[in-house]
Amino acid sequence: MNATSRNLTIAFFALLAVGAVSPMMLGVARFPQWLEIVIGGLMTGVLYSLVALGLVLIFKASGVFNFAQGAMVLFAALSLVRLMEKMPFALALVLVLGIMIALAWLVERLVLRPLVNQEGIVLFMATLGVAYFLDGFGQLVWGSDVYTLDVGMPKEPKIIFEKTFEGGILVSTEDLVAALIAALLVAALAIFFQKTATGRALRAVADDHQAAQSIGIPLNRIWVIVWSVAGLVALVAGIVWGSKLGVQFSLQQVALKALPVVILGGFTSIPGAIIGGLLIGLGEKLSEVYLGPSFGGGIENWFAYVLALVFLLFRPEGLFGERHIDRV
Amino acid sequence: MIYRETGQFKTTYASDQQLFPILQDRVFVIAFLVFAFVGVPLFASEYFFRAILTPFLILALAALGLNILVGYCGQLSLGTGGFMAVGAYAAYNLAVRLPDLNLLVVFVLAGLCSTAVGALFGIPSLRIKGFYLAVTTLAAQFFIDWMFARIGWFTNNSSSGSVSAPPLVVFGHLIQGPVEKYLFVLAIVSVFALLAKNLTRGAIGRSWMATRDMDVAAEVIGIRPLHAKLTAFAVSSFYVGLAGALWAFIYLGSWEPLAFDVNRSFELLFMVIIGGLGSILGSFLGAAFIVILPLALNQLPTALGIPLSTATISEIELMVFGALIVFFLIAEPRGLARLWSIGKEKLRLWPFPH
Repeated sequence: MNATSRNLTIAFFALLAVGAVSPMMLGVARFPQWLEIVIGGLMTGVLYSLVALGLVLIFKASGVFNFAQGAMVLFAALSLVRLMEKMPFALALVLVLGIMIALAWLVERLVLRPLVNQEGIVLFMATLGVAYFLDGFGQLVWGSDVYTLDVGMPKEPKIIFEKTFEGGILVSTEDLVAALIAALLVAALAIFFQKTATGRALRAVADDHQAAQSIGIPLNRIWVIVWSVAGLVALVAGIVWGSKLGVQFSLQQVALKALPVVILGGFTSIPGAIIGGLLIGLGEKLSEVYLGPSFGGGIENWFAYVLALVFLLFRPEGLFGERHIDRV
Repeated sequence: MIYRETGQFKTTYASDQQLFPILQDRVFVIAFLVFAFVGVPLFASEYFFRAILTPFLILALAALGLNILVGYCGQLSLGTGGFMAVGAYAAYNLAVRLPDLNLLVVFVLAGLCSTAVGALFGIPSLRIKGFYLAVTTLAAQFFIDWMFARIGWFTNNSSSGSVSAPPLVVFGHLIQGPVEKYLFVLAIVSVFALLAKNLTRGAIGRSWMATRDMDVAAEVIGIRPLHAKLTAFAVSSFYVGLAGALWAFIYLGSWEPLAFDVNRSFELLFMVIIGGLGSILGSFLGAAFIVILPLALNQLPTALGIPLSTATISEIELMVFGALIVFFLIAEPRGLARLWSIGKEKLRLWPFPH
């Protein structure tokens, strides 16, 4: 990172921090409310990170910008909710996991393998096709109503810091549990990537396809594994989002928010996906509450994208993305 | 046997550089245009004009615009729907606020508004590349959607959020009925397709293609990336904005921001990919494919006598759409236009393939 770029990044974060903290200047009395919004924003951010994580995993291992991640989230959640009507939760969960692995295998077989060595944009378009197919298929098989997913997550909100502030701070326990699940998932993935032989092979493929292949790593199997892991991440995201918002088509729109998250964090970085998610969640909530009224409301829909756009002007490869050097 | 350039000598630079160097091509294009202007209105039914031809032509114009950006300059954009909306609402505001303005002037000015917005959102492309850029163009899409839905001035403070186009009067003549609308759109699209064809084979088009193929190398041989990328965004947005204005005024009549949402952007991107990246003809073929496919899918179950609910049909439509896109990318990543040119090559040798 050169000096200008670093200075600009620091300037960006300084501005962001000032923007986030400035509402506190309104007075100490507002502090609990501000904290509540910050916590709420961070929690939503965790959920964005969950979807973004799947995207980053696939991009790292195969260089495919997987637009179908949102569709996979919806498909996993739909499958789970409909299977749970007929069988206990644990069995349904295992079955859905099986479905996601089968899906990964099919995608590798029918889409990725014939398109090997194509340009990035072609692969991206192919995942758009997969997304459309999954949307249609999921609704055709499982129905297109709104389903409530109840996996026993605590619903009632909790009040913390009652001693410190008057009235305390309202926190949704559901979000807390979700954040905990996300943290566990990330930890598990980190161990998988760092400590196992398969994880090492995945990292090798991510670094250089050809080099990995030349030392005997089977690319096709690695792709199936990484899409299966992305399917697992999609399932977790689907459970968390589904029990929060209900399983319905609009989950897709939420999943679209993972796009600014990954570009903010950098396509190739797992920590980037998490920090990007937190930043976007936080920025979105704060801007909606403090800037929204003066814009006429509803700015949540585009704020994340514009935030990412402005940030990329300062650092074009995102927070932790690999800097690429162009050679002629 | 019929289609070959044997014996057609080029004796001047002008004849070497003409748009269609082969005589048969020229004859075919002129015959096709005559057929489109004269033949089609004589035979086709009203439904055909309203449901297929007019939307096809307008979307082809939009796809053409997107193709300039994605296919010729290599800048992936997911904000096309937003730029169409800019054209549509700019045309609406101009027509309502300045009622004396000629409709054609309104359309061109609407295109220019879209040009300005497109160039503005194109500025990040100088630093941001590839998929990063694709996602930032989504910012344009969602911001523009929100702007037209929330800011009352753009919709003339209409309470329902939907607006209607004023009557279409060109040079004192009221355009009404599907046939006249079709001819009007056809004339505009023909002119701008010709313009695009010439732009892309001139200096500016070559600078776009050099930027697409390798931007660093292009810069080294003296192409200004700022100039090339911004002109691509500007020209592309002009076409898309013009198409948006036509779509709103001529096809929809009255509309709300939802008509130009992110799904429209994806649809246009599909047209460009299926038709063929970097091909004017491809934009038309892709648009025809995407316009006709849903209609065909809707008719098919009824024709086969299988009763299906509309919900099921729309779900199957999504599946077929997705599967077809993947199939096309695998079978012919360079699109329908490539199939067309392969066919032409074959025809040149036919029936003696040696």
